[in-house]
Amino acid sequence: MSLLEIKNLHARVDGNEILKGVTLTLNAGEVHSIMGPNGSGKSTLAQVLARRETYEITCGTVFFNGKDLLAMKAEEAACEGLFLAFQYPVEIPGISNAYFLRSAVNAIRKYRGEEEMDAMDFLPKLREKMKLLDMDEKFVNRSVNEAFSGGEKKRNEILQMAVLEPRLAVLDETDSGLDIDALKIVARGVNAMRSPERAILVVTHYQRLLNYIVPDFVHVLVDGRIVRSGGPELALQLEEQGYTAMESAAHGASPA
Amino acid sequence: MATTAQALQNYAEHFSGLEKSAANEPSWLRQLRQGGFARFGETGFPTLRDEDWRFTSLSTIAQTPFRLVRNGQHLPSPAEVSAYQIAGAACELVFVDGRWAASLSSSCNLPKGLRVGSLAAEMANHPGAIEPHLGRYLNIQRDPFSALNTAFLEDGAYVEVRKGAVVESPIHLLFISTAHQVPVVSHPRNLIVAGEDSHITIIEDYISLGRGEKVLCNTATELIAGDHSVISHYMIEREDEQALNVSTLRIQQGRTADVASHSVLAGGALVRNNVHPVLAGEGGECLINGLFVGRHRQHLDNYMLVEHASPHCSSRQFYNGILDGHAHGVFHGRIIVHKNAQKTDAKQTNRNLLLSDTAQIDTKPQLEIYADDVKCTHGATIGQIEENALFYLRSRGIDEASARRLLLFAFASECLDRMRTGAARSFVENLIQHELGHLGDASRHQEPAS
Repeated sequence: MSLLEIKNLHARVDGNEILKGVTLTLNAGEVHSIMGPNGSGKSTLAQVLARRETYEITCGTVFFNGKDLLAMKAEEAACEGLFLAFQYPVEIPGISNAYFLRSAVNAIRKYRGEEEMDAMDFLPKLREKMKLLDMDEKFVNRSVNEAFSGGEKKRNEILQMAVLEPRLAVLDETDSGLDIDALKIVARGVNAMRSPERAILVVTHYQRLLNYIVPDFVHVLVDGRIVRSGGPELALQLEEQGYTAMESAAHGASPA
Repeated sequence: MATTAQALQNYAEHFSGLEKSAANEPSWLRQLRQGGFARFGETGFPTLRDEDWRFTSLSTIAQTPFRLVRNGQHLPSPAEVSAYQIAGAACELVFVDGRWAASLSSSCNLPKGLRVGSLAAEMANHPGAIEPHLGRYLNIQRDPFSALNTAFLEDGAYVEVRKGAVVESPIHLLFISTAHQVPVVSHPRNLIVAGEDSHITIIEDYISLGRGEKVLCNTATELIAGDHSVISHYMIEREDEQALNVSTLRIQQGRTADVASHSVLAGGALVRNNVHPVLAGEGGECLINGLFVGRHRQHLDNYMLVEHASPHCSSRQFYNGILDGHAHGVFHGRIIVHKNAQKTDAKQTNRNLLLSDTAQIDTKPQLEIYADDVKCTHGATIGQIEENALFYLRSRGIDEASARRLLLFAFASECLDRMRTGAARSFVENLIQHELGHLGDASRHQEPAS
């Protein structure tokens, strides 16, 4: 059984169809990348998978670990093991990073019928993961993402992923706004998460991130559809030729 | 609506009853009451045309023939009261319908330099300590409720802390409004005298017991903060949702006195909380911090009058409001900087969360500056729970109700963070958790089209 099976997914927001029939399968242990120009539907796909309710699903199915993902609420999807690293992480003044993460860990543990963790057990685990991402101790008590720099916010997303240990991680433009050093740290954090039980879906506009997180498969999303799929070499080809060639190919291929 | 002749007649009858029974009391006290009643007779209750009351209709109060609760009160049992005790308090003073209830109070092991008890007893036994302060600061000219409170002044809390004394545990003043078969009113009057260089924490806590007709509690506190004193005052309104409560805190600050007023309004049908500090000595600092949480049809009105009367003083007003259902909140922050109060630094911030389309907030800054070298800022925001933040929390596995509560608590904790750590703050934190729990269950949210 595949970990994630998307079939003919159509989604719209405010009456505009954004996803126009996406079909994609991810198996455990694989890293896939979705590339595409702005407005192609990459972030919509990521948000639909994380069960943001602003998107209306008009057609298609998504099965996650054999269960109907589209029937789940955002929190259920998370508890089932889905994680979205946000393109724009949200600032939450008044809630410390540590409290937030422990609440999340315990919500998930509770869902799975596991015992909740107290602060004494949780903090060492958090610190260990922070070390991996070169994060300063002060992030433990700072409010979630409040007054974080762009790079700190992205690192904080990867920290959350490392702590929550999802089955499927969707990284939505995690590379945007990162300098090369931060990019390497983030990539190191992601690569440390690669495992035979886990799949990772890297959504990106640029190829550079894929030098550090080398995917098994690359898919090109144009105008709400996957128009090409291939190996890592496809990303390089895109980098050279640009999306325009793919776009015209896509339009030529689409039924009139 | 204006106060009817009939309503005034009702108060006049009660007042003459009180005067008769108080015939042997000292003349200064009788004069104080008479002055209060005469002033109330001139003004009656305020109306919506009154600038200070334009967001709060008092017709319920003006039209209800309240009876004065006097002698023969029925005391609640100690078991009923014990649920409201505050862990870690230095003493618990309990007042039932405005009257000191010695049998329900506990004040053993009082720290050195602290004197607490009933104002009535203190006026009878040590009038020399009371007369110089009582009624000296409360402004009965501009506030009819203060005039009315003064007219019916009989009892309340008396707290005196000696020069240099540091009292770390909070002093808990518990005011219980009990239900009766007819509408009743009580007028608790408190006097807090903090000596030079003293430190104290006072919690005024208003609760209801029993079910019955309307209950109005019209309370007034004069707090004299001596030079260089450090004072935290908490006003906790957690009466039932039928209660009417008008409270006035008049603070007189000495030189370099540091006073924090924390108000938490969660209960009551119609609540008006007046906080009126006068920074009378140089270099004084005043924090006026508040949280109001309203639901159903609660009306919670926060009125502040901050008077800078001396140079080099700073005042900070921070009020956060959370309103659900058909609740109506008011923030009216008035700052007056007198002519000689140069180098004043006054700041005012009011932030509000509306959880329903039918909740309402009126927020009004009012700055009157007569000095020319001052810094005064104000700001107000009104918003909803941020959908992005909610989704962010949910996407990490936290269910919607918990996520909503977490965000509300984060908003409320801005107020908690301004309180000194200790027993009083822990008590308030638990209270807020409890109140927000109610909101989390009740609030239903519409997903906005985006």
